[in-house]
Amino acid sequence: MVTVDNTRGYRVFRVINAVVLTGVVIVTLYPFVNIVARSLSDEFAIRAGKVNLYPVGFTFKTYTFVASDPTFWTNYRNTVVYTVVATFIAMVLTTCYAYVLSKRHLRGRTFLIGAAVFTMFFTGGLIPNYVLISSLGMKDSIWAIVLPNAISVFNLLVMKTFFEGLPGELEEAAAIDGMNTYGILLRIVLPLSKAILATMVLFYAVSFWNSWFSAFLYMSQSDLFPVTVYLRNLIAGATTGTSVGADATDMTVATNIKAVTMVLTVIPILAIYPFVQRYFVKGVMLGAVKG
Amino acid sequence: MSTTRTINASPDTVGSRRARPDPGRGRRPPRRTWRQALRRDWQLYSLAILPLLFFLVFRYLPMIGNIIAFRKFEPGGSVFGEDWVGLRYIRMFLNDPSFWSVFTNTVIIGGLTLLFCFPMPIVLALLINELRGSRVKRFVQSVSYLPHFLSMVVVAGLVMELLSLDGPVNQLLRATGGDPVAFLQEAGWFRTIYVSSEMWQTVGWGTIIYLAALTTIDDQLYEAARIDGAGRWRQIWHVTLPGILPTALTLLILNIGTFMAVGFEKILLLYNPLTYPTADVISTYLYRMGIVSNNFSYAAAIGLFEALIGLTLVLSANLISRRTVGASLW
Repeated sequence: MVTVDNTRGYRVFRVINAVVLTGVVIVTLYPFVNIVARSLSDEFAIRAGKVNLYPVGFTFKTYTFVASDPTFWTNYRNTVVYTVVATFIAMVLTTCYAYVLSKRHLRGRTFLIGAAVFTMFFTGGLIPNYVLISSLGMKDSIWAIVLPNAISVFNLLVMKTFFEGLPGELEEAAAIDGMNTYGILLRIVLPLSKAILATMVLFYAVSFWNSWFSAFLYMSQSDLFPVTVYLRNLIAGATTGTSVGADATDMTVATNIKAVTMVLTVIPILAIYPFVQRYFVKGVMLGAVKG
Repeated sequence: MSTTRTINASPDTVGSRRARPDPGRGRRPPRRTWRQALRRDWQLYSLAILPLLFFLVFRYLPMIGNIIAFRKFEPGGSVFGEDWVGLRYIRMFLNDPSFWSVFTNTVIIGGLTLLFCFPMPIVLALLINELRGSRVKRFVQSVSYLPHFLSMVVVAGLVMELLSLDGPVNQLLRATGGDPVAFLQEAGWFRTIYVSSEMWQTVGWGTIIYLAALTTIDDQLYEAARIDGAGRWRQIWHVTLPGILPTALTLLILNIGTFMAVGFEKILLLYNPLTYPTADVISTYLYRMGIVSNNFSYAAAIGLFEALIGLTLVLSANLISRRTVGASLW
């Protein structure tokens, strides 16, 4: 017997579907393949428009050239430092506040939630922020990068939802045993929340690793740049904006140097991506099932 | 940036919350006074001090800082400006033809993004859903999420390399006998480039919410449709689509609410004076006016105007959403 799922039309559809989705996969991956091929190719071959899917005039020289630039390594180290410090601060603040917001009995809870949620829909805007950070004397310091984005309200709400779902009995038992709120949070709640903590660390770390605009805006010395601003100055030819100290010599940067820098910037993300992708998806789901 | 935050309101959860009143409500102790609350929960409140300080300094102070839109601001002077000038800066930008040109660009780019980037995740999710074999499915999903995790600088870099004179697109043009095009130098190409790179970056990630909605559709509905003799097409039409419709409607309304918030960072990275006529949007214009040319008050006035439009759009979108599909952001 022929089931309805096996009609001729549906079989044709499945073939078309497979072709379309293969196309989607190819289109998504193609730019990466191209950039890796460029990073391993000879500059003249690239200029001649010969490099597409695989390297032409295979060479590692560009990698050793980029790696020999001390500014690149300084900036790369800056990115690591900014990411670690910013993620740490963000995790402490977000965890504390999410825990407070998850306590339904708390007086003033609605106000505390509202104060955070309102900032999702109305922000001060670029100029007042810039004026504020400047007058706080945070320009050219790590604080301009790690403090102003310490709490993402989306992450905060995801975490609050998670805490609300934890069984209250354990906390009550601990409270009866005389443990105070800090102890309960540290020794009861956090050990139960390892999965969500890992997800949040990833969310924050990726966003800080990728961020470039605050540094572009507030940093004027090239030894303070993160690697994203280093890359930005390469691709923009360092001719515009506030990046005075940027590599002014590189007016026309060789395209293979750009490619190498791009590859080196995304490698950490690509390296962890296959293992952590499901955590991201889970985090988004938690956000979608808002409590 | 707007996609992740708009996911908040899943209509199903909101609806069910409304249908079933909170079971704990009846048992809730009578409202405590503030003094009692503080005595009992001071440790909890103490945990909120630093986060509140963060919101106060880095979120609410800048909001108040918008006051410089109505005051003369001296660089190096007070954050809140020096003297009142009334509506001078507001009038200034309302009479500025460049402002209206960037306003139009913002609406066009926002509208095009909405038109192309909103429906694609639905289509892709439906296609992925039809795949057999969880391994293939997971592989396609993993690949399609990937661009979401890239820095905007890398995305801009990839776009520039793909479209450069020696890049693959121009290689193809040459191979087919055409003349190479300097895509990023031509104003006529900017919107196409912006919207297609936006699709490349966001469509895969956008499927997550729909794939989740698809899994919540009751298998019995498909069963019943099959028994009624519905083929695969009619199952999709009569079961699958109605199943994800509430999610799609909510996201649509919310996206309309945020459509003026076009990708500032990407445009800043991709545009140049040659493409300003089509690429320059409100946020990039006020960036150049304020940060680059030091007209802080003037730029703040434009920024405030944009933020108020954004707030109005979100509030009205939310109102419409609550009236029509019963989903609200708060």
